Amino acid sequence: MSEQAPDGSIARPPTERELLGDRAFRGLTFGFAWFTILLVVLIVGAIGWQAWPVLQRFGADPLTSDKWDGKENFGIQPEIWGTVYSSVIGVGIGSLLGVAVAIFLTQDFIPPRIEVFIKNVVELLAAIPSVVYGLWGIFVVIPFIRPSCEWLHGHLGWVPFFGTRLSGPGVLPAALVLAIMVLPTVSAISRDAIAAVPPKLREAAYGLGATRWEAIRAVILPTASRGIYGAIILAFGRALGETMALAMLVGNSSTLSWSVFSPANTLAALIANKFPESSTLERGMLMYAALVLLAITLLVNLAGTVILRRARLFPQGAAK
Amino acid sequence: MSIVTAEQRDEHKVDLPQLEKSLRHVRTLNSAIMTVVIGGLSVLAMVPLASVLWMLLRRGSERLSLALFTELPPAAGMSGGGIGNALLGTLEVVAIATLISVPFGILAAVFLAEFGPDTKTASAVRFCAKLLTGLPSILAGVFAYGLVVLTTGTFSAPAAGVALALLMIPTVLLTAEEAIRMVPARMREAALGLGATRTQMVLRVTLPTALPGILTGVMLAVARAAGETAPLLFTALFTDYWLTANVMEPTPSLAVLIYDFSGSPFPNQIEIAWAASLVLVFLVLLLNIGGQVLTRRHLRK
Repeated sequence: MSEQAPDGSIARPPTERELLGDRAFRGLTFGFAWFTILLVVLIVGAIGWQAWPVLQRFGADPLTSDKWDGKENFGIQPEIWGTVYSSVIGVGIGSLLGVAVAIFLTQDFIPPRIEVFIKNVVELLAAIPSVVYGLWGIFVVIPFIRPSCEWLHGHLGWVPFFGTRLSGPGVLPAALVLAIMVLPTVSAISRDAIAAVPPKLREAAYGLGATRWEAIRAVILPTASRGIYGAIILAFGRALGETMALAMLVGNSSTLSWSVFSPANTLAALIANKFPESSTLERGMLMYAALVLLAITLLVNLAGTVILRRARLFPQGAAK
Repeated sequence: MSIVTAEQRDEHKVDLPQLEKSLRHVRTLNSAIMTVVIGGLSVLAMVPLASVLWMLLRRGSERLSLALFTELPPAAGMSGGGIGNALLGTLEVVAIATLISVPFGILAAVFLAEFGPDTKTASAVRFCAKLLTGLPSILAGVFAYGLVVLTTGTFSAPAAGVALALLMIPTVLLTAEEAIRMVPARMREAALGLGATRTQMVLRVTLPTALPGILTGVMLAVARAAGETAPLLFTALFTDYWLTANVMEPTPSLAVLIYDFSGSPFPNQIEIAWAASLVLVFLVLLLNIGGQVLTRRHLRK
């Protein structure tokens, strides 16, 4: 746009070539936007295609069997159990901490400057790579919790959760590290949900004589509940698919047990550990496990996204 | 207007001692206890980060020297060694992933923010991008294995780049859309008023203005990709040797090196794993803090 028109203005209508370029560029962006949708289809297709031969041969049997010999039997029931069990414990602990942080950072407990500091620290938790958490889990978490676990097993061994000894890796260390990894997700999304509660609701509660905790429990948390549930479900989706920290900490043993000290296995850890030295048939079976994992995580993420969208579109407690 | 009897008036009398804020009252005491609990849990939530950083500094710095960056990883039972090839490999793989995901993400974001923000396509794309943010990284690896490794017949850096790009695209796309939307409408209108086409407006006005916000998203995405391990196991694998000019061969990376050495019985390899973790976390935190500073400066303007 350097050439000037006779009247001194730099404005001029676009040339034929520029209009053509405009149409091409618009088409390009449209194409890439569509490609994002295509990616989801492509992922489902590529994994489904690799799993197809095994799916045809075994049907749904592997879902309910716990035998794996690499030739005839491919049972992934223990892995499905381990995935869900470790995620439930991890997300349970992580949500408790995450929601506490979210409340602590939004309800004027501390000066704003410290609020920002804590928020940044918790966000940095999300930045640490999962393989580093795995290394930390092996050398810090397991030795640290071992004495308490021994005590619990010794004194409360009749409780199914403490039924076995902690031999090293196991469900509990894996779940604790998972809790730390999902904490930033829970706290960030819950914080947004709590911050979106109209201030007049809180003021009204205080005006009626509620203490700070009563206002939080009876007014603020129920109003923000949809957002918080959405956060927890999304965190659950993350936990289900988390691989490295679990592959390093969960023990990689196909065990079905209620004990949190027992070694176990998860779908993602199974794939990561077995893949490098697997036969063709076994590789197909791992793709089957990948397909199951994909289905579970897609469903959970879908639910979380939909809940959060509803929470945003129809905020509770807002003036009608 | 009803007639209020004396007894009724007494019932509605405010119980003044109830309003006193003293810990002798159950309600205030409850509130105070919960404040302590919430504060305690929040502090507890920060302990792991402190512990991770402390361990990284203590155990990782033992081996921090020039040799760490210039030597190859030690074989089992050997002493010395470094992470030179893994560091280069990580940079190569992440660079490939960035080259794929950044143009992809930004172009799609331009469509979402400028050309068709309210179309059905746009809401479908946003939905899919959000779903992709929740895609387990290992499945990105499985996908790239089927798509690239099986077709080309070899584990390679580009295969890993495709896997990591898949994980970066949603972050780049969603943050870029946000950043482009924040560009004031009057700047767009001024460009259009001068006779610019929408494309010229986007390329010369909107994108340059939104650049800091877009860069933040890119840095966050790069930081995440650099630490990913699971997808690399299926795509780049690992090698104990230096990179060669041929990219179509197994490529080492810091993340896979840490994973491989973490289970090693040899103290030397475990020390190297901690040192590699320190270097990796340092890189990742640098990118993250850089991104945050960039956003803050952008918001202040």
